Amino acid sequence: MENYDVNKMPKKQFLSAQIDLSKFEKATDEEKQQQDIMGESTTFFKDGMKKLLKNPLAVASMIVLLFVITVIIVAPMIVPYSYEEILTVNGKRDKGAKNLKPFTYSKEEQKFIANGGERFPHIMGTDEQCRDYFIRVVYGTRVSLIVGFFASIIVLIIGMIYGSISGYAGGRVDLFMMRVVDLIYSLPDMLVIILLSVVFTNVLSFKSGSFLAALGTNMVSMFMVFGLLYWVTMARLIRAEILSIKENDYILAAKSVGASPVSIIKKHILPNCLSVIIISTALQIPSAIFTESYLSFVGLGVQAPMPSLGSLANAAREGLQSYPYKLVFPALMICLIVLSLNLIGDGLRDAFDPKLKR
Amino acid sequence: MAEPLVKVEDLKQYFPIRNGLKVNWLKAVDGVSFEINASETLGLVGESGCGKTTVGRSMLRLYEPTGGKVTFDGTEITKSNIQQMRKEMQMVFQDPYSSLDPRMTVEDIIGEPLDVHHLYANKAERHEKVLDLMDQVGLKADHAARYAHEFSGGQRQRIGIARALAVNPGFIVCDEPVSALDVSIQAQVINMFEELQNKLGVAYLFIAHDLLVVRHISKRIAVMYLGRIVEVADADELCDEPQHPYSQSLLSAVPIPDPKIARERKRIVLEGDVPSPLHMPSGCPFRTRCRYATEKCALERPELTDRGGDHFVACWNK
Ligand SMILES: Nc1ncnc2c1ncn2[C@@H]1O[C@H](COP(=O)(O)OP(=O)(O)OP(=O)(O)O)[C@@H](O)[C@H]1O
Ligand code: SF4
Ligand SMILES: [Mg+2]
Repeated sequence: MENYDVNKMPKKQFLSAQIDLSKFEKATDEEKQQQDIMGESTTFFKDGMKKLLKNPLAVASMIVLLFVITVIIVAPMIVPYSYEEILTVNGKRDKGAKNLKPFTYSKEEQKFIANGGERFPHIMGTDEQCRDYFIRVVYGTRVSLIVGFFASIIVLIIGMIYGSISGYAGGRVDLFMMRVVDLIYSLPDMLVIILLSVVFTNVLSFKSGSFLAALGTNMVSMFMVFGLLYWVTMARLIRAEILSIKENDYILAAKSVGASPVSIIKKHILPNCLSVIIISTALQIPSAIFTESYLSFVGLGVQAPMPSLGSLANAAREGLQSYPYKLVFPALMICLIVLSLNLIGDGLRDAFDPKLKR
Repeated sequence: MAEPLVKVEDLKQYFPIRNGLKVNWLKAVDGVSFEINASETLGLVGESGCGKTTVGRSMLRLYEPTGGKVTFDGTEITKSNIQQMRKEMQMVFQDPYSSLDPRMTVEDIIGEPLDVHHLYANKAERHEKVLDLMDQVGLKADHAARYAHEFSGGQRQRIGIARALAVNPGFIVCDEPVSALDVSIQAQVINMFEELQNKLGVAYLFIAHDLLVVRHISKRIAVMYLGRIVEVADADELCDEPQHPYSQSLLSAVPIPDPKIARERKRIVLEGDVPSPLHMPSGCPFRTRCRYATEKCALERPELTDRGGDHFVACWNK
């Protein structure tokens, strides 16, 4: 074929679909070389991030979330009140600063300002115990976010280890491990959560001054509850993903090369189910935040005086008719966080794994 | 005669098929024996699903064999010495797309066997070895940092070959390494296999379903049907004078470039489908589709017997 003579081709017939080779030009060496150069090398991550940044909802949610995170980090440095501090004016308790409306001052404070004193505004008013509400909401958001992230990480670690062992081992081991998962899955979540929280709260006791004590028994028991209950969904997802990845010949190739099972899981299987891991963790956070709020709302969450969005909302129920804004602020915050995290999760899913649809 | 490099004796691989509580055994490979000498190629042909891939994989213990013995250079391969043996016996996979990890660069794919067996002293030596391997299979050095999905099928298969060569093995199972490639590229890759054999002295088990491909590269050819070898002979002899009815039909399906000869040749079209390996016919497995089948074929299974000149056939018909 190399030295094909164009002129020796049979003449093109009128109406024939035959290609007229004499009309073609030979490719120059430069053009041939251009064919050889491949497109810019993109990694899986760069590609996914590019797609994610093109998703306006996800980007907006990220901005909102970043804003919220900045506020909860910066606000306690600027606002001169603390979340458990009962307002005082000139060292005396300010009894009038109870249930103030946003951006208003009590009579004592007004006097203080009239005398030339500076007073930081109560952005969201105060609560029934004369505490600045804004800083309480800020701390409540902190608690909720921390619980959300840590609970998801615990869930991720347990679910990942369990799921990858079950998926990789296969056979009887897999069968047994998945029946355990089914068992836990079939328990009514809320009932178990409430029971466990009650039990843990009574059983756990920490040396005062330790890190765990600072968190409070309720918070620790909450992590344990999440860890014990919610890993099953993660384990199932990861197992399913691993089962499909295991079908690929590159796993056999790694085995034929002599790689150990641990290194096969670490180097080949987990990186390939990274997208599923990222996506389900991102979607796990809002659900953990929601559960935490729920538990705090029914009084099993974080301990007073530490606020959480759920317990703030619960406290606001009492004066709902007179002070509706006290419910609105924490509720709005929960919505904002949960919504933006969900949208980011969806964006991640669309960007990294278009096949995964729930 | 010198001791063969690879010796397979009565290899069996059954897969359990669970159907509720009942377990059926799928006999993918049922008593296969062959020998391969150093720097020689044995071709293995047969239609799709006859167990060729399974032979290769259970030889390398990617599946735990149900029975049989595989010997490499006088040492029997067992569970305990398989890790060292992986340095001697390697595999090139059928599907160039799923056999390379999409999240790894070419350098890491080829470097993995070097990592596993600690075959380098430092990073620089590893890089050098990888580049050398890439050069041997005709890949450009600047491709090392790229990901597998950026390459064409032929290039991917070269990456797979480089990975197999990394540990400097004495024997490679090539599982239909060209059947997923364009015809024009097939020739290039096959020539490369031959060059590598001449240069490095590796032995191949070269699996294919196309007799012409195998004839070109092999010294001897084994024909497989339903998990058993039905005929083994010298490559040219088998292609020119096939004796087993199944080999004859395989050969009659091979296209012939010369139209005159092609017209004169009788084409043996096999009737019926391949029986399921779950329900093997009694006696000769080929009985259900064989034109020469007699009563004896249904009763007793023919074993491979020498017809003279190292030509083995498993058929009752002389
Ligand atoms: N892991 C497995 N579990 C159960 N059955 C299997 C497994 N691997 C292969 N089989 C079965 O064993 C038989 C032989 O399969 P094998 O892949 O070895 O065929 P093959 O000759 O390589 O075919 P092809 O030319 O299509 O690659 C088939 O019936 C297949 O369904
Ligand atoms: S043994 Fe009988 S059935 Fe089998 S191939 Fe020979 S003639 Fe055909
Ligand atoms: Mg195969």
